[in-house]
Amino acid sequence: MNKRLGNQTVKILNPVSIISAANVAGKKEGEGPLAMYFDKILSDAAWGEETWEKTESKMQNFAVTNAISRANLKNSDINYILAGDLLNQCISSSFALRDLNIPFFGVYGACSTMAETISLGSMLIDGGFAENVAAVTSSHFCTAERQYRQPLEYGGQRTPNAQWTVTGSGAVILSGSGDGPYITHITTGEIVDMGIKDANNMGAAMAPAAAETLKAHFVETGRQPSYYDLILTGDLGILGKSIMIDLMGDYGYDLRDNYDDCGCLIFDAESQDTHAGGSGCGCSAVTLTGYVMSLISQGKLKNVLFMATGALLSPTSTLQGESIPSIAHAVAISSSREDSGL
Amino acid sequence: MNYTQKEYSDYVNQKSAKSPIVRDTIIAFIIGGLICCIGQAFSDIYQKYFGLNEEISKTAVSVTMIFLGSLFTGLNLYNKLAKFAGAGTLVPITGFANAIVSPAMEFRREGLVLGLASKMFVVAGPVLVYGISSSVIVGLIYYLLGVF
Repeated sequence: MNKRLGNQTVKILNPVSIISAANVAGKKEGEGPLAMYFDKILSDAAWGEETWEKTESKMQNFAVTNAISRANLKNSDINYILAGDLLNQCISSSFALRDLNIPFFGVYGACSTMAETISLGSMLIDGGFAENVAAVTSSHFCTAERQYRQPLEYGGQRTPNAQWTVTGSGAVILSGSGDGPYITHITTGEIVDMGIKDANNMGAAMAPAAAETLKAHFVETGRQPSYYDLILTGDLGILGKSIMIDLMGDYGYDLRDNYDDCGCLIFDAESQDTHAGGSGCGCSAVTLTGYVMSLISQGKLKNVLFMATGALLSPTSTLQGESIPSIAHAVAISSSREDSGL
Repeated sequence: MNYTQKEYSDYVNQKSAKSPIVRDTIIAFIIGGLICCIGQAFSDIYQKYFGLNEEISKTAVSVTMIFLGSLFTGLNLYNKLAKFAGAGTLVPITGFANAIVSPAMEFRREGLVLGLASKMFVVAGPVLVYGISSSVIVGLIYYLLGVF
């Protein structure tokens, strides 16, 4: 049976389940609307470490180690670990995972990393190359600020459309043996660049990429938005979410009922002063591993399309006046294999 | 996409939230003005009670304000005021102190030489380069005006 449904979408034929998930979130995230879905909330930004980078690595290690033990597995049961983050050379991931003795693929998809690692992990399992795969990512407000923006103590004002990098890490264990929730379809994004150059307006830069991936998903699977209980983008934020609804409306798809964005869910923009909402690899990772997984296990959600979005810029490209290439990867998750049409 | 890049950019601009410029300007005027009043108060105090002449008191005021800007940066307070005050805290000399001290603090972990000392100027470096360069040019113009 052909697994390829189209240019961008594949159907996972052999069952791939998310058998466990774990996360850790920062203090500010722990004061937000999703607080009850986090396994651990840090009491300060450093978590006892000397550098922010060490803190981020520690968070990623915590998430993946907990996810493995929750699945009642040992490190040696995990065939591959797929991980990435925002820092140069993906150091959060490689430093976090260096002692685990698990074959490692580092991936970079900016804030789309959670969907990218789940996509690749599911394909590895469906292809018969692995039985258990860990997918993990992280971001930290303080590491992202010093790499992409200004020193923390610098006195500046953030623009109204700027987003707040989430401090958090989320990990899932994918397995060929398990009873759901199942990964059923994967739509891999193409790079889309609509010429937005404002690095403080990443929602506007990424929304077209999300719209293109979602449209491809609907066309290639034959599904309609109403198929899903929840369509969830990664970190488009308040402005990007609104643009996304407009763009999909232009394509003839109505997203107003069952669409949301992790960047809008994770903070209360008014009381937490996060402007356009959350961003970062951790934003979609902690929302998926906490909020979404909880609602699926409670039976409140059955079919979810998880679509993490990434702005593929660097501080260098921004200084050189380049626009922001963006990407979005979609992963269809279903609580039962019957619902997913398999 | 149904849009060209230009159409999309226009659409985004029209949809994006705008900075409240009038409000920002008024707050910047008030807070920036208050910082300048504090500086003036130091100037008066130095002249009246410490017997400094006007010229030296100006230098003493600069030193004092730079110290205070640095101190409040170190106490993690200057950025909180700046978030509210915007250009009101950026323009006075205290803002320059903040621009030097904040990267020095941020990059301390990369070492005293290649971290703190070399990154100290990443924010304020352009101010020094163009400030000093323009003062040289202005000096030359003054000199030439005097010659002819």
